[in-house]
Amino acid sequence: MEIVLSLAIGVLSASGIWLLLRPRTFQVITGLCLLSYAVNLFIFSMGRLTVGAPPIMPKGGWVDPTTYADPLPQALVLTAIVISFATTALFLVVMMASRGMTGTDHVDGREADQ
Amino acid sequence: MIASDHLMIAPIVIPFFAGALTLLYDERQRRAKLGIGLASCVALLIVGVELLNRTKGNGAGGGEISFYLLGDWTAPFGIVLTLDRLAATMLLLAALVALPALIYAAAGWHKQGQHFHALFQFLLMGLNGAFLTGDLFNLFVFFEVLLAASYGLVLHGSGPARVRGGLHYIAVNLAASLLFLLGVSLIYGVTGTLNMAHLAKLVPVLPEVDRPLFRLGAGLLGLAFLVKAGVWPLGFWLPSAYMAAAAPVAAVFAMLTKVGVYVILRLSMLTLAQGTAGEMATGIATGGIAPAGTTAQILVAAGMATVVFGVLGVLASQGLGRMTAHLVLVSSGTLVTMTGLALLGGGAAMLGGALYYLVASTIAIAALFLLIEPMSREEGSIAALLALTADAYGIEQPEDDATPEMGLAIPGTLTVLGLVFGACVMVLAGLPPLPGFIGKVAMLRALIGSGAVPAALGWGVVALLLLAGFATLIGLARIGIQTFWASEGAVPKVLALEIAPVIALVLGLGVMTVKGQDTLRFMEDTAQSLLTPSIYADGVLSAPSVEQETPKE
Repeated sequence: MEIVLSLAIGVLSASGIWLLLRPRTFQVITGLCLLSYAVNLFIFSMGRLTVGAPPIMPKGGWVDPTTYADPLPQALVLTAIVISFATTALFLVVMMASRGMTGTDHVDGREADQ
Repeated sequence: MIASDHLMIAPIVIPFFAGALTLLYDERQRRAKLGIGLASCVALLIVGVELLNRTKGNGAGGGEISFYLLGDWTAPFGIVLTLDRLAATMLLLAALVALPALIYAAAGWHKQGQHFHALFQFLLMGLNGAFLTGDLFNLFVFFEVLLAASYGLVLHGSGPARVRGGLHYIAVNLAASLLFLLGVSLIYGVTGTLNMAHLAKLVPVLPEVDRPLFRLGAGLLGLAFLVKAGVWPLGFWLPSAYMAAAAPVAAVFAMLTKVGVYVILRLSMLTLAQGTAGEMATGIATGGIAPAGTTAQILVAAGMATVVFGVLGVLASQGLGRMTAHLVLVSSGTLVTMTGLALLGGGAAMLGGALYYLVASTIAIAALFLLIEPMSREEGSIAALLALTADAYGIEQPEDDATPEMGLAIPGTLTVLGLVFGACVMVLAGLPPLPGFIGKVAMLRALIGSGAVPAALGWGVVALLLLAGFATLIGLARIGIQTFWASEGAVPKVLALEIAPVIALVLGLGVMTVKGQDTLRFMEDTAQSLLTPSIYADGVLSAPSVEQETPKE
């Protein structure tokens, strides 16, 4: 499971970084999306990988914490997903405005040879 | 918990509700929105002064730290707000810069787009939250709040230049936020805590096998903050974005880079300045460079490179806008250098001078951003510009917008403009008697006198800062000569509403000069408590919850 997850994070971030460095705004936003997926998976994995372990403990009595998953990274990843989703949506709007005003989808607002 | 303890959360709650309230009003009821915004800013200013007074405490070195346990869970399990002198200073500074910027915006800029007032308040909420929080993940959340608001504000007024600058600004900051998240989660994975005070306790006892991972996390986190502070080579996005932003927005943005500096200062002091300054200096002198030494060297090198880059930018700039944007870089570069030197053992006197310089340079840069427009205005051009941007945005112009120059014009325009511009130049170039000079003297004297910093490095920094001041003087004097002495056109028409905020900011600088000794002493106490992080860490972890305070156990 560790290998699969780390491969997924690695592939996502590698493609994300490559796309982020491309000159077209659509590539940049796709890259940012992929990167944020990679980061979210990474945050999740920081709570250690467990299978079938609930994150919430029952009330009262003594419980063995090792049989439960760490709930904090799950809460963090939820916040991170919401925030990155919202900011990416906002970036999309700016991207569209830039396309409309400059007539090109280059990140600098003009083609490289101009 | 008595009622006045709740005042600590007011800097977050006031702008939050004010911002939400302005959303309820229609875009045409700008007067009401402006009123709410101004009321919120004035309230923030009063709360800021009160909180600052509270942290002065007994004045014996440490100063008082207050805590606010959200949800009444004790640290490190719950989220905690922490108010120490540094946080209180930054809160007051944010309010001091925000109020004049908002008054300036009332002269016309707030009509040039939608939801200016709501975004402005949310930006303040994010700023204040970032200064108050004692928790890494909450820091991320408040950072995102302020960034999301700043994305909206940087585009305020629209136009191709703003959209282009804004696109770069948003892309870079989104990527930096991802780095921030990676760093935070790595640190959580290694240490199991996100509370800054708890981190300060855990870092020294971290097992050797976990250290590389922790350093990686801290490095990623540092990278994210250096991007926000605009440090070379991570700050190329900054000048074009700040230049393109509307004047009142740019004035508040002068505060945003300081958030990056603030967090770097806070976290590096908490996690690295463990031993006394002397121990660390001997550690470096004996060649066994601790991680604190490496971090410090990186900060000093990056800060000095930023100052060089900023100064070259100032000399190369033709317009006041680009020049001021580069002055932002000079200011944050100086502060990052000083943070690094403080880690090397520069001492409280130097760090105190740096904090004094932080306040003075931020106010001066904000004033300069507000001056750009009145100074470069020729008769009628502003009306054309405003009409153009309004047209580009596609908003209908109600009757009161048809004459943007309506209002009281001031007499002796050039004299007043020249005087306030001169004051800003003196602060930024570090000429006596204004605070820029006092701050620089305090920094440099302590730097040379302390002996903890290697002599070559110390003198190098001294030379660099003096040269930076000289270059700033050359650049700004050139603009001043062009505007005030060599201009042939008609005298620009400047509204009282536009010049009053700038005069207020300059008067603030004047107060800092007259009260120089008191301010400097307060800053030195602040620096002293920063250099002894155990005060902060022990305080946070022993903050009692309400439940514990009521005798039950």
